[in-house]
Amino acid sequence: MNIVVCVKRVPMTQEVDLEIDASKKDLKKDMLAYVLNEWDNYAVEEAIQLKEKTGGTVVAITVGTEDDEEVLRRCLAMGADKAIRVDPGERAMDALVKSRILAEVIKGLEHDLILTGVQSDDVNDGMVGILLAEQLDVPHAAVVTGIDPQDKEATIKVELEGGMDEVSKVSLPAVLSIQTGINEPRYVSIMGIRKAAKKELNVMDLGDLGIGGDELMPMITVEEYFLPPETEGAEMIEGDAAAVAEQILKIIKEKGVSI
Amino acid sequence: MGEIFVLVEHRQGELRDISYEMLWKADELCKELSHTLTAVVMVGKDEPFLGDIAERADRVLVVEDGRLEEFNADLYKGILLSLIQEHKPFMVLMPHSPWGMDLAPALSIKAGFPLATDCVDILMEEGKPKVVRQIYTGKIFSRVAFKEAGTYVITVRASAFPPDKAEGRAGEVVKVEAPPDLPEPRRRFVAFEDAGAGAVDITQADLLVSVGRGVGEADNIEVVKELAGKMGGLISCSRPVVDKNWLPKYHQVGTSGKSVKPKVYLALGISGAFQHVAGITGAGTVIAVNKDKKAPIFRVANYGVVDDLFNVVEALKAQLAG
Ligand SMILES: Cc1cc2nc3c(=O)[nH]c(=O)nc-3n(C[C@H](O)[C@H](O)[C@H](O)COP(=O)(O)OP(=O)(O)OC[C@H]3O[C@@H](n4cnc5c(N)ncnc54)[C@H](O)[C@@H]3O)c2cc1C
Ligand SMILES: Nc1ncnc2c1ncn2[C@@H]1O[C@H](COP(=O)(O)O)[C@@H](O)[C@H]1O
Repeated sequence: MNIVVCVKRVPMTQEVDLEIDASKKDLKKDMLAYVLNEWDNYAVEEAIQLKEKTGGTVVAITVGTEDDEEVLRRCLAMGADKAIRVDPGERAMDALVKSRILAEVIKGLEHDLILTGVQSDDVNDGMVGILLAEQLDVPHAAVVTGIDPQDKEATIKVELEGGMDEVSKVSLPAVLSIQTGINEPRYVSIMGIRKAAKKELNVMDLGDLGIGGDELMPMITVEEYFLPPETEGAEMIEGDAAAVAEQILKIIKEKGVSI
Repeated sequence: MGEIFVLVEHRQGELRDISYEMLWKADELCKELSHTLTAVVMVGKDEPFLGDIAERADRVLVVEDGRLEEFNADLYKGILLSLIQEHKPFMVLMPHSPWGMDLAPALSIKAGFPLATDCVDILMEEGKPKVVRQIYTGKIFSRVAFKEAGTYVITVRASAFPPDKAEGRAGEVVKVEAPPDLPEPRRRFVAFEDAGAGAVDITQADLLVSVGRGVGEADNIEVVKELAGKMGGLISCSRPVVDKNWLPKYHQVGTSGKSVKPKVYLALGISGAFQHVAGITGAGTVIAVNKDKKAPIFRVANYGVVDDLFNVVEALKAQLAG
């Protein structure tokens, strides 16, 4: 099975004070550390496991800058056969624009299955995959936690709310957006990344794809980023750990829990 | 006078809460804009909840068709496209649920209607809709505008709006036929499976000691489990803890896990993503411990502690021993 997997590099946001830049439409990003989007890590692992079972190839694609190649190298180290970076140049990109670019690249590749993450950890649109499916005119499913391919179709599991799953059958090719927990992503060592440097990583631009102009007009635009309003929020318990623990136990008892 | 569509979500004969929440917000917008509120429901057979929806809308468009027994993106898309073409609503609200995430982008691009997903607020500025979204794991808010269009599509985050019923609507239920040229669905429903049941039931506990990814590694789970035991509570967790197989699924709190209602919920190393927080709206008191003073969990907790969770866990154990 020939599988295409779309991946993205995202900043880590835990334990950092995010600051908004002067344009008010973006973050100050120079101090941030980046990783492969968590959902995409699971998507790449799934692609590789499926390939190990059924044969075929895995191609990882990102739309991004040279810095974003770092996540493609990681995908190659995990076992992808080939990687493609599309350089979008300087432009405002919403999910629609990204999906148009991805669709154009994927049309030129053999594909039985296309995997994306459910959402990207930074903008969490949760829509690039399904937008892409519609442009390729193939079926789709969001929040997938299991894939069992059989010839021209696959039995899949979609995660619904409240611990409920939906089992369905989808014809291939299809676009599936992959949910965390579907597998156990393999560990990637620095050595592994170094070894994978020999694998093919192609860079193309929009001229190579022959798209531009009105096709790449965003459907939504950010007007302003702002910090969450300082609502009432939590009453902070201060003091050393012992004092804090004492307070916590007091509150718990006050609320009618017997300890 | 314009119209706002709300696509009602239901499963196995029951309305999903998000349907009420969308209807509440649509009611507010319709009042502001003097628009008509139309609920759109697709069902396989007559459902008892139609009356409940009618009390919250000016009109309920019901498409009843054997093929609509379960959600199907291909069929829903085809039907919505034809209803939208006929009624030309100003706005269509859909849930940001697994089904809504499967449908909304497909509809949007097929019809050329701009789409904003996972919105926590919708406002009107000079006649134009704007939405508020939470990005960067809830640490940044973003106000977003749309490309000019006849119809705007918005998916709404669960629990962003109250499920309350607004006064003054008594809609008529109108049955409409599915368009004759619906395509053969490319995805077919097989079955629902319940993945949630298990050895312990966290939904009945008075005290939950809940761990998130901040717990660091599998071995540390035992330390917290021990504390929960000493306090007479149960251990629960956020999703990454289950994804990594550190605890079984039935311990998970959140939209894809359990909704819990303990008297006290002690959240240790949990950032406070909406999918998690949506599961604790029924908790009496929430106490959060997190190293990051900007963690969104502090916006929903009643009490907060900025510290390493293990310092607090050890101190709690020491107090309970002494
Ligand atoms: C469709 C869908 C459904 C989902 N359903 C659910 C669901 O049901 N339940 C759920 O929980 N999530 C769910 N999620 C995932 C959710 O979006 C978040 O990714 C998840 O809740 C994050 O879990 P976390 O807070 O444990 O981890 P993180 O967001 O990684 O946060 C870890 C926190 O721990 C803190 N920390 C780290 N070390 C320490 C320490 N030593 N002491 C104190 N604090 C520390 C960090 O500052 C951080 O705030 C769902 C996502 C999707 C897309
Ligand atoms: N710039 C990008 N390049 C390649 N794939 C992307 C890009 N942005 C998003 N995706 C894919 O689309 C998924 C959903 O992202 P989003 O719609 O941005 O939340 C991600 O998990 C990726 O698989």
